[in-house]
Amino acid sequence: MSRKWVISAATAAAALMIGFSGLGAVQAADKKLVVGFSQIGSESGWRAAETKTAKAEADKRGIDLKISDAQQKQENQIKAVRSFVAQGVDAIFIAPVVATGWDSVLKEAKEAKIPVVLLDRQIETKDPSLYMTAVTSDTVHEGRVAGEWLAKQTGGKCAVVELQGTVGSSPAINRKKGFDEIVAKNPGMKIVRTQSGDFTRAKGKEVMESFIKAENGGKGICAVYAHNDDMAVGAIQAIKEAGLKPGKDILVVSIDGVPDIFKAMSEGEANATVELTPNMAGPAYDALIAFKKDGKAPPKWIQTESALFTPDTAKAEYERRKDAY
Amino acid sequence: MTLSAPGPARNLPQYGALIAVLLANWLLFPDFFAIRLQDGRLFGSLIDVLNRGAPVALLAVGMTMVIATRGVDLSVGAVMAISGAIAATMTGAGWSLPAVLAASLAAGLLCGLWNGVLVAVLRIQPIIATLILMVAGRGIAQLVTEGQIVTFTSPALAFIGSGSFLTVPMPVVLTIVLLAVTALLVRATALGLMIEAVGINRLSSAGAGVNTPVVLVAVYVWCGLCAAVAGLIVTADIRGADANNAGLWLELDAILAVVVGGTSLLGGRFGLVLSVVGALIIQSMNTGILLSGFKPEFNLIVKAGVLLVVLLLQSPTLTLFLPRPRGARPIGTVKPPVAPTSGGAKP
Repeated sequence: MSRKWVISAATAAAALMIGFSGLGAVQAADKKLVVGFSQIGSESGWRAAETKTAKAEADKRGIDLKISDAQQKQENQIKAVRSFVAQGVDAIFIAPVVATGWDSVLKEAKEAKIPVVLLDRQIETKDPSLYMTAVTSDTVHEGRVAGEWLAKQTGGKCAVVELQGTVGSSPAINRKKGFDEIVAKNPGMKIVRTQSGDFTRAKGKEVMESFIKAENGGKGICAVYAHNDDMAVGAIQAIKEAGLKPGKDILVVSIDGVPDIFKAMSEGEANATVELTPNMAGPAYDALIAFKKDGKAPPKWIQTESALFTPDTAKAEYERRKDAY
Repeated sequence: MTLSAPGPARNLPQYGALIAVLLANWLLFPDFFAIRLQDGRLFGSLIDVLNRGAPVALLAVGMTMVIATRGVDLSVGAVMAISGAIAATMTGAGWSLPAVLAASLAAGLLCGLWNGVLVAVLRIQPIIATLILMVAGRGIAQLVTEGQIVTFTSPALAFIGSGSFLTVPMPVVLTIVLLAVTALLVRATALGLMIEAVGINRLSSAGAGVNTPVVLVAVYVWCGLCAAVAGLIVTADIRGADANNAGLWLELDAILAVVVGGTSLLGGRFGLVLSVVGALIIQSMNTGILLSGFKPEFNLIVKAGVLLVVLLLQSPTLTLFLPRPRGARPIGTVKPPVAPTSGGAKP
């Protein structure tokens, strides 16, 4: 009992001190915003880039960003949110590791009148007022952008092999859906083979090897569409080992925009990638600043741009990105 | 014969299943057996089966020894990730190929030593002892790569994955070499007998004079070495170390390959070549599914169905009902369950 007392007293004192110092900062530099960001962890290069970009964008706007790494655990994220509420931050950003189970902790944030912004993933809740806005990419749209580029490039005539992501995962389902929409609009376009490459290089390569053999040594394939860049990188190796030229004999289009695909594009081995921007925090800061300034709530969903990149800018883009990831 | 099978019929389910799966692939895809040379390297779907099956076959070679001692090694997938991570990171840092290979293989040996000491000296149950490294090992690999996919361009290291020796792809060459060395070690010496003795009864074999801790540590170390070679292959193949995915769940494929090969999880008798056949059965199915054009949703169902049939053919209870040819030397084929009253002539 007494130990609990000591701990809570110490916590309260710490919270008070943080509160005071926060107050001091607010008075010194006129209204420096403090944002708490509960990041999932660092499971991929993209995730690391998202964290790095969040820091850089915060510096640009003079925002004080506190990052908490959840190591892929929701309980850590909930703890982090509670601690941000106790610290009295101006806003809380969450990249939610799972979609459900957020209601009670978000209610606590709401009662403390702290706006919550979801980054790069949505949550499932009956009460959408629990968060201010969500900044995510539209993965269906990404598939569409890739499809449109390919349709334009080939004059709407192309036999495509598709490397799907992990079966049942939402980016795999949506990136297929968006691409399929464009294929349906172009009678000359056809998906001749589709299989899962599990979003990995190794599986992407293995599946592509089989596709090439199944389609007459690759002669029947006009393009490969991969649901992520890593699978595309694997597919490029498979195409090369089959004695064909990736990017020429078989076009390569994929999604994500990781540095390695830009490297492949600058070497002429890939043709296009649709970027899933790691800059999710930037638009969130802007929405937050606008909200704090005139109380105007942003739309419930801020869609990030799904920009298409081609080899002509690949070299510069690679240089720009290689350190961010 | 030291292969310790009571008769050739014992191996028929494995070879039969492999041939059946290969024939099924041929029916689905008529060019399945077509092989040509591409840049001085054999090229064809059958080669893909061997090439892609190499990592699991390597793991199965090491795993067979471990399972024969009544153990299991769950950490081989993680060890693959570690050895690959070390290889790619060191190559990126400019180390020469011999140094890179030595470090990667040493890491595998060390991981095996760790498992072996836990099992043999501290007497922790193998499934738990190796679970520790299965979980922690992937973390170690991620620490080495700092959570990134570390890529390299060194053609020397890439040669292990996509080079060839006398037109045979390097992964296949390495698997054959390691299989031959292992078979020689255990069958040309008393080591195999000791491994089987430890698997059947550790106490009695100790009583009979077998140095059981040394035998146990040796099999785990060998398993670690096999896993490290497999890790080098997958890393060299994609010219990068993917610590999150390299070797992920392959420990289960390796155990499956060993069991499909007819080695009992209860230890004792083992068949090295049959474990490799088991790995090839699994890979033939994987490649067949990719060639067939089935929807990816069916991948696991097809695999599970075929494996079930292979395992049923080995079931002691079910084989009692199978028609067996009479005579001292049973050489007839063991067919899937057919009703003994074979009438049913078609009109």
